[in-house]
Amino acid sequence: MAICSPNRLSGTLKTWARTGNPWVWLTAGAVSLSLVMVFGILFLIASNGLRHFRAAAVAQITFAEGAGAPLLGEIVDRESVTAVRAREAGGRVPADATMVERFLIKRGNRDIGGEDFRWINAPDIQTLDYPADAYTVERLEWGNLYGRIKALHEGGTSVPLVELQPRLARVVALRADIDHLERVAIGGTNYALDALHRREKAQRKAGATPAALASLAAEEKALAARYAGFTAELEAKNVAISRDRLRLETIEGETREVPLAKVVRAYAPNQMSLRQQVAHYGASLWEFLSAQPREANTEGGVFPAIFGTVLMVVMMSILVTPLGVITAVYLHEYAKPGAVTSAIRIAVNNLAGVPSVVYGVFGFGFFVYLVGGSVDRAFFADALPSPTFGTPGLLWSSLTLSLLTVPVVIVATEEGLSRIPRAIREGSLALGATKAETLWRMVLPMATPAMITGLILAVARAAGEVAPLMLVGVVKLAPTLPLDGNFPFLHLDRKFMHLGFHIYDVGFQSPNVEAARPLVYSTALLLVLLIMSLNLAAIRLRNRLREKYHAAE
Amino acid sequence: MTASPLSEITRALLAQRGWRVLKDRLFGWTMAVGGLAVISALLTLFLFLLWVIFPLFRSASLTPLKASAARAEPALHRSLNEYGDLEFVVTADGRYHFVDALTGAERDGGSLLAPGRGTLLPGLTGYRNHGVLALGLTDGRALLVTPTYRSTFVNNIPGVAASLSYPVGREPIQVLPVGTKLRALAAATTADSTTIAAVSDNDELTMAYLAPAGGLALDPDNAPLETTLMVLGRVAGPVTQVLVDPDQQELYTVTESGEVSFFDIRDKAAPRLVETTRVVPGGVTVTDVRWLAGGNSLLVGDSRGRVAQWFPARDQTNARHLTKVREFTALSAPISRIEPEYFRKGFVASDLTGQVALYHTTAERTLVVAATGLGELASLAISPRAAVLMATDAQGQTRRWAVSNRHPEVSWHSLWEKVWYEGRQQPEYIWQSSSASSDFEPKFSLTPLVFGTLKAAFYSLLFAIPIAVMGAIYTAYFMHATLRAFVKPSIEIMAALPTVILGFLAGLWLAPIIESHLLAVLSLTILLPLSVLLASLLWSLCPLRLRALLRPGHEVLLLVPLICVVLALAMGASQPLEELWFGGSLPHWLTQKFGFTYEQRNSLVVGIAMGFAVIPTIFSISEDAIFAVPGALTTGSLALGATPWQTLSRVVVLTASPGIFAAVMIGLGRAVGETMIVLMSTGNTPVMDFSIFQGFRALSANIAVEMPEAEVNSTHFRVLFLAAFVLFLTTFVFNSVAEVVRQRLRRRYGNL
Repeated sequence: MAICSPNRLSGTLKTWARTGNPWVWLTAGAVSLSLVMVFGILFLIASNGLRHFRAAAVAQITFAEGAGAPLLGEIVDRESVTAVRAREAGGRVPADATMVERFLIKRGNRDIGGEDFRWINAPDIQTLDYPADAYTVERLEWGNLYGRIKALHEGGTSVPLVELQPRLARVVALRADIDHLERVAIGGTNYALDALHRREKAQRKAGATPAALASLAAEEKALAARYAGFTAELEAKNVAISRDRLRLETIEGETREVPLAKVVRAYAPNQMSLRQQVAHYGASLWEFLSAQPREANTEGGVFPAIFGTVLMVVMMSILVTPLGVITAVYLHEYAKPGAVTSAIRIAVNNLAGVPSVVYGVFGFGFFVYLVGGSVDRAFFADALPSPTFGTPGLLWSSLTLSLLTVPVVIVATEEGLSRIPRAIREGSLALGATKAETLWRMVLPMATPAMITGLILAVARAAGEVAPLMLVGVVKLAPTLPLDGNFPFLHLDRKFMHLGFHIYDVGFQSPNVEAARPLVYSTALLLVLLIMSLNLAAIRLRNRLREKYHAAE
Repeated sequence: MTASPLSEITRALLAQRGWRVLKDRLFGWTMAVGGLAVISALLTLFLFLLWVIFPLFRSASLTPLKASAARAEPALHRSLNEYGDLEFVVTADGRYHFVDALTGAERDGGSLLAPGRGTLLPGLTGYRNHGVLALGLTDGRALLVTPTYRSTFVNNIPGVAASLSYPVGREPIQVLPVGTKLRALAAATTADSTTIAAVSDNDELTMAYLAPAGGLALDPDNAPLETTLMVLGRVAGPVTQVLVDPDQQELYTVTESGEVSFFDIRDKAAPRLVETTRVVPGGVTVTDVRWLAGGNSLLVGDSRGRVAQWFPARDQTNARHLTKVREFTALSAPISRIEPEYFRKGFVASDLTGQVALYHTTAERTLVVAATGLGELASLAISPRAAVLMATDAQGQTRRWAVSNRHPEVSWHSLWEKVWYEGRQQPEYIWQSSSASSDFEPKFSLTPLVFGTLKAAFYSLLFAIPIAVMGAIYTAYFMHATLRAFVKPSIEIMAALPTVILGFLAGLWLAPIIESHLLAVLSLTILLPLSVLLASLLWSLCPLRLRALLRPGHEVLLLVPLICVVLALAMGASQPLEELWFGGSLPHWLTQKFGFTYEQRNSLVVGIAMGFAVIPTIFSISEDAIFAVPGALTTGSLALGATPWQTLSRVVVLTASPGIFAAVMIGLGRAVGETMIVLMSTGNTPVMDFSIFQGFRALSANIAVEMPEAEVNSTHFRVLFLAAFVLFLTTFVFNSVAEVVRQRLRRRYGNL
C-alpha cells in the first residue's frame, strides 16, 4: 500500500495539507452538520407528532417471581442504559449486567394505580404478548383505561357487546348536543342577561321612565324563560347520556364501571384491521384539530389554540399591512433623502432585532395598563373594578404583535419599491399623471408582491412568538372563544389560547409531562407546518418577483 | 364645429385638475401623517420604557403639611396611624388620646392607669415595636398597649375608629424586683407569646416571658397568661436602652459609650450572653438605637451624626457576631432620634440641630435631608405606609410632611454592585424579588441576570459561530450552484422555527439525552472535525477514477451520511464507555472527582439549542457578504497562482470580514434577547457560576416569568422595565453597529 512507509506518509500528508483540501472539507462538514440538524429536528418533530394519533398496541407483561404484578399498557419508549443508571432509577438489575434494556410502559388507569408511567427492566420480564381482547378506553377524565370488557349495561340489564360502538356513537352525538346547549344556547342567554343588567343599571342611573324599566323587565322575563327551557332540555339530555355503563376488568383483577358518558373511544387495538387502524388515525387526528382540550390541556384537541392563533394573526395582519405600507411609501417616496431619513431607516431596521419580550413589556405597560385602564375608566366605568380592557386580551396582543412586525413589513415593502425601475415612474409622470396617481396606479400594484412577502414574513414571525403574548393576552385555558354568536361577535377584550403558548404550558407547567409529551409534539408539528408553509410561500413570491423585474429592467 | 376635440379634452382636464391636485396633496399628507405616526409609535416604545423607569431614580421629597391643629403639649410618645391622619399621644400623667391631625379634635382618650395604681416614669420613653408600646412605671412595673385602628363607613363617609388594646391585660406587670427603679424597657409580642426586657438603675437585666398557661389553649384570646420572670444579672452599664426583636430571639442592651451586649434568647429558659461589642470608637457616644423593619438589624445613631447598620452575621465557624454593615453620614450634629419605616428597609433620623434625613439601608441611599425648623426633637413618627412624617419638639410643637418616597430600594449600588443583605455572611449579588414574608428585604441585583444572559450568549455563539461561518464560507465559495439553491433556503428556514419549539425540545428531549450521553456530546466536538479530516485524507488517497465521480462542490453529499454515522456511533458507544471508564455515569463521576454540580437543564443544553437558533442568522448574513465579494478579486488571485483555499482565506474572507462581523453582532443581539429557549431549557436559578454544567437565569426569561406577577407601578414592576430597557439598549447597540458596518461594506464593494 502506498501509505505504509512513514516517509511516503508524511509526504502525502504534506501535499494533502498544502492543497487546502482539509479546510475545504471542514467547511463542508459545517454545512453538513447544519443540514443534519435541520432535517433531524424536522424528522424528530414529525415522527413524534404523527405517532400520537395511531392506535397503540396494548402489551401484557408478566414478571419473573417477585418482580411485581402483571401489567397491561402501551410500550411508549425503549432504551438501553448502564446498570448504574438503571439501579439509580430504582429497578432490579442483575449483579453482573453492565447494560440494561428497559421499556417505558404507559399503564394508564390513573384513578386506580396512581402511577401512570413506569420503567421496566427487560431482565425482569417473563412474558410479553399482545392479547386480542385487551381494550383501550379513552375517557374524558383520568386518562386511558386498559382492561378487558366484561359487560355493557343499560340501567340494570345487560346489552350484547356488539352494541358498544353504536351506543358510543349515540353518546358522542348527545355530548355534542349538550356541548352546543351549554356553550351556545345557555351561554348566549347568559350573555344577553348580563348585557340587559348592565343596560338596566345604566338606565336607572340616568333616571329612566317606569315604562322603559317595565319593558326591560319584560325582556328579562322572556330571557329567563328561555334559560329555563334550555336547562330543562339540558337536564333531559344529561339523563339520556348517562343511560349506558361499561364494565371492565383491569389486569389487577379489579372491576371498574365506566359510564359511557365519560368515554371518548373504546377499541381493542391488538385486533384492529388495517382499515380500522386508518379510520382510528383519521378520527383521532380530527379530534386533535377540532376538539376542546381536556385534562388540563394534556388530552383532547387544540381547536381553541388554533382558532386563537389564527384570529390573532388575522387581526395583526389587518393592523400591520396598511401601517407598514404607508410608512414604507412615506420613507421611500415622500421623505427627503438625507441623514435623518437614513437614521430612521436604520432605526426601523434595528427595531426588527429588538427582543420580542421587550415589545411584550411595552404592550403590558402601555396598552394594557395605560391605554386599557383609561378606556375602562372612560367607557366601562360601571363594570369597574373588574377590568374590561384594562387586562391582557386579544386586542392588545394583536397591537403588540403588529408593532413587533411592522418593521418587517416596512423593510420588505421598501425593498419592493426600490426595485421598481425608474423608467416606469418617469413614464407615468411624463404622461401627465400626478405623483399620487403614479403611486396608486403604477408603483403600488407593482410592489404588491413585495408587500405580501413582508406580510407573510410578519405573519410567520407573529405566529411563532410566545414571549410577548405571555404578557399581553394569552391564557392556558380560555372558557370562551373570542369570536362567537353573541353581539358584538368579535370580543376584543377576551383572552385567548395560542399554539405556541400551549406548547410551553403543557410541556412545562403540566403536572403529568410524560403523558402530555405526545400531544406537545403534535402541536409543535402543527405550528411548524403552519410557519414553514408561510415562509415557503414568502420565498416563492420573492423569487417570482425577482424574475418579473429582471424582465422589466 | 366651434372647438376641436383636443381642446375639449384639455378643458375637461383643466376642470378636473383642481380635484386631481387636491387628491395628490391628500395622498401625500396621508402618507406623511401615517408614516410619521408609525415611526413615532416605535419611538414611543423607547420613551415609554424610560418613563416607567424614571421614578426609580428620583430621590425622595418632603412637602410640608398643614401643622397639626392640636394644642402643643409635651408627650411621652406619639405615633401615627396607617394614613397619617390620626395621632396617638401618651402624656406623662398617664393619659392617652387620639388626635385628628387635620382638625385637632381629640378622640377616644382615657387614662392608662387606674387612679392610685402608679404613675408613668417620665424619663423613660416607650419604644414602639411592631405595634406594641411598652410603658414603664415608677415602681418597676410595665404596661403594654397597642393602638388599633379600624376603617369605618358611616353614612357613606369613610372614617377611622381608634381604640387602645392591651395585649397582655390592663394590669401592669411586675418586671423588676419591687423597690428597684426602671432605667430601660423593651417588649415584643406575637399572637402566642410576649417577652419584656427591663434594666434597673443598677444595670440588672431581667426578662419576663408571658405565654398562655398550659401550652396551647383552646381559646388563645382568653387563656390566662403565665408569666416567667428571669433575672439575667448585671450587664455592662450604665445601660441606656434595651431591645428585643419581634420574633423574641435576640435581646440587646446598649450603654452610652457604645457597649452592646447581645443575648441569645431563643431558649427562653436559658438566655445566653453571646458577646459584648463596642459599636463606636472611643470618645463617641451612642445616642439612639432602633430596630430596622423586620427586627434583623440594629440602627445605631451616635454623637457624630452617623447612623450605622449592625446585624449578627455568621463567620466561617457559623458563630454569630454583631457586624457593622454600612454607615450613613448625611447628618453632622449628634443624632437625636431614629425612626424606622414599618415595612421597608428605610428609616428617618434627626439630629440635635433639628435636621431630618431619610435613608434606605439596602440601597445605601440618603434620600433627602431637610430642616424641620424645630430644635431638638422629642419624638419622630412615620406612618405605616411611610406617607406622612411627623416631628415634635419637647414643648409639643409639631411639624408634618407628606413623604414622596416611592422607590427607595433602587440605586446604582443595589442594582449592579455587591450588596450585604441582612442575615448574609458577606456582600453578594442576589436577585430575589419577592417572598412570602412581609418584612422581606427585596434583592434587586441585575448583575446575576445580566451574567446569565451573557453566559447564554457566550455558549450559544461558541457553538454557532464556527458552524455558521464555516458553513457560509463553503456555501458561498465552494458549493455547487444547484446544491446551493437548495441548501441556503434549508438552513435559512431554521430561523423561522418558533423558539418555543426549540425550547421544548431542548428542555424535554435534548437535556435528558445529554445527561445520559454526556461523553458522546463532549467527545463529538473533537470526533466530528477529526472524522471529516480523516475522510478528506482518505478521499485524497483514493484513485482518481473514483474521485472523479464526486464533482467539486458536492463534498456535502459524502459528508452528510458520514456525520450521521459518526453521530450514531458516538451515541451508541457513549453509555458502554461511560460504564467502562466513569463508573456508569459521567455527570456523577464529574461531581465526585471535580466537585462540579451537574444540572440537567444546563448551559450546554442552552448553548446547543440557542446556537441552533442563531446559526441561520449568522449563516445567512455572512454567506451574503462572502458571496457578494466581487469576482474580479478572486479571479485575479487565482490567476496569480493561488490555490482556491489561499484565495479564500487571504482575499475573500478578508474582504468580507466586516460582513461576517456584522453577522456575528446580529447573532449576538438575537442570543441576548431570546426568551423562550432560555426559559424552557435552564433551571432559571439566578446563580453566578460560569460552569457549563450549571443553569442560570437570563434577563429575558426573568421578565417573562415575573412580569405577570409584579404589582403595577411597584418597585419590582419598574425594575423589570429597567431590565427590558437594558435588553432593548444592548440589542439596539449591537444591531446598529452591525448595520453601520454593513453599509460601509456595501459602499466599498461599490467602489471595487
